[in-house]
Amino acid sequence: MKIFVCVKHVPDTANNITVAGEDAYDDSDVKFIINPYDEYALEEAVSIVEEKGGEVVVIVVGKDAASTTIRSALAMGVDRAIHIKTDSQFLDSSLTAKALKAAMDEDGFGDLIFTGKGSVDTEGFQTPYRLAHALGVPVVNDVSDVSLEDDRVRVTSEIGCGAKQVVEMNSPCVIGVTKGLNEPRYPKVMQVMKAKKKEIKEIVLSDLGIDVDEGKIFMEKLVLVPERSGAKLLEGSVDDQVTELVRVLKEDEKVL
Amino acid sequence: MAQTVNRTGVLIEIENHQVKETSLGVLTAAAGQEIYALVPLDDASGLKEKLAEYGVDHIVSIKGVEDDKISPDLLARILVTAVKEYGLDALLGTAGAAGKDLFARIGAILDEPLLSDCVQVDIPGKKAVKSHFSGKTFATLRVTGILFLCTVRPNAIEAVTAPAEGQLMTFESDAQDPGWMKIVELKKESGGKRDLIEAPIVISGGRALKTARNFEMLDACADKLGGAVGASRAAVDAGYAPHTIQVGQTGKTVSPRLYIACGISGAVQHFAGMKTSKVIVAINEDKDAPIFSKCDYGIVGNIFDVVPALTQKL
Repeated sequence: MKIFVCVKHVPDTANNITVAGEDAYDDSDVKFIINPYDEYALEEAVSIVEEKGGEVVVIVVGKDAASTTIRSALAMGVDRAIHIKTDSQFLDSSLTAKALKAAMDEDGFGDLIFTGKGSVDTEGFQTPYRLAHALGVPVVNDVSDVSLEDDRVRVTSEIGCGAKQVVEMNSPCVIGVTKGLNEPRYPKVMQVMKAKKKEIKEIVLSDLGIDVDEGKIFMEKLVLVPERSGAKLLEGSVDDQVTELVRVLKEDEKVL
Repeated sequence: MAQTVNRTGVLIEIENHQVKETSLGVLTAAAGQEIYALVPLDDASGLKEKLAEYGVDHIVSIKGVEDDKISPDLLARILVTAVKEYGLDALLGTAGAAGKDLFARIGAILDEPLLSDCVQVDIPGKKAVKSHFSGKTFATLRVTGILFLCTVRPNAIEAVTAPAEGQLMTFESDAQDPGWMKIVELKKESGGKRDLIEAPIVISGGRALKTARNFEMLDACADKLGGAVGASRAAVDAGYAPHTIQVGQTGKTVSPRLYIACGISGAVQHFAGMKTSKVIVAINEDKDAPIFSKCDYGIVGNIFDVVPALTQKL
């Protein structure tokens, strides 16, 4: 079995973001990590191959610096990597999907494709869908359980109000995963060392026939979400505090 | 010169035979345009008064989609045919679990850009403001596609009445299901609960709740408030609450009019998931907890005293 895992190199969400100019951010001091949802995708793919045999190939679309994320994925047990190189952390999920598909076509048929349910930087939550459409295969996103039986795939995904649905589809298919699916492993030193010797194939985006100028989404402005200045602390006994809180929420804020 | 009016479809979500509150906010996001309400019911006439009150010009009953196990691939294809039938320039929906999934499918089929989870929408300008970097920033994005596709964050835009005609019509699509997937089971174990993303009020618990059982104290308060219960990542990782109610990074982003954080210290990642709430209240025993420096009202005290007292006052 061959499994592709699509991974994104993103700013660590523990960082604060510094806006630079009108429509950009300053990434010079920012630590980058594997997109957190993609860790669940990597863990799932690696454990399936450990059980059933085959190989896991990670594909990353990103800048040169994304090589750190690729090494982290390889250390988790991925067999080899494809790095589609770009000049920018581009926004357009349609182009990302086209690039991923082109790389998969070049590399050869995959039985399963895992992605995270979305990325924590651009928060578009659409690359899995666009990739599946380009490949002409089914997709389910927000998946917290996966089981395989021959070429039949059964997944559980969230549909709101805490309710879930169980969906069956044929492989190949795209599965976008979320927290709850598994516990991603921490690579041991040996695996980190081994990862340094694994193959990373580098492809330049334009060599896949993708033209960045065909993007349809443009950032016009980036601003920090305003912070609040600090709480008004309510005083007195518990009863006084709670009485005042209810009054404030009803009369001043009108939210009750 | 008169401003161009865009034919704008709004996908209406239904709950207990009524229009969901969150869909009314999406209609307000489309105010000023010629609005087609796309209603997934064989007969939407019972909703005419409500939809017309919130600015709908045309109420379209979409036939044959009431089955709750309908394939999302089919539903997306049906909506694509509706877009073509009415010559829509824009299509808006709610950024809940269902809307996000459906709109991503539509965007993929049409290869049109989709702006998801927006807090402000400018249909003629083909622009919207949306969360970026896990809720830490707002980005204004402009798109150049033919169809303007956008989902709106629940509660981000307050519904405002704007009476219109609300003319009834029906639509039957000839779209076919590609037959790629089948929904074999719906699990509604926590059925009847309010959706966390869509709830107008959220009360969340952190590690200080100490046990899963103690979350019942928040349930009781949420029932009185007409809200939903959320949890911090620490509480979820400790096994006190299911991941489906985690607020913040690797969980959900919520934007209720009132957010009450109980025993939550206030990590950057948690704030990212709720900082666009209208009013934030924190209850915490530690007066130096970071959350007090970034919220509106605070009570320094033991949650096991304060929360039951609050529930009683409501």
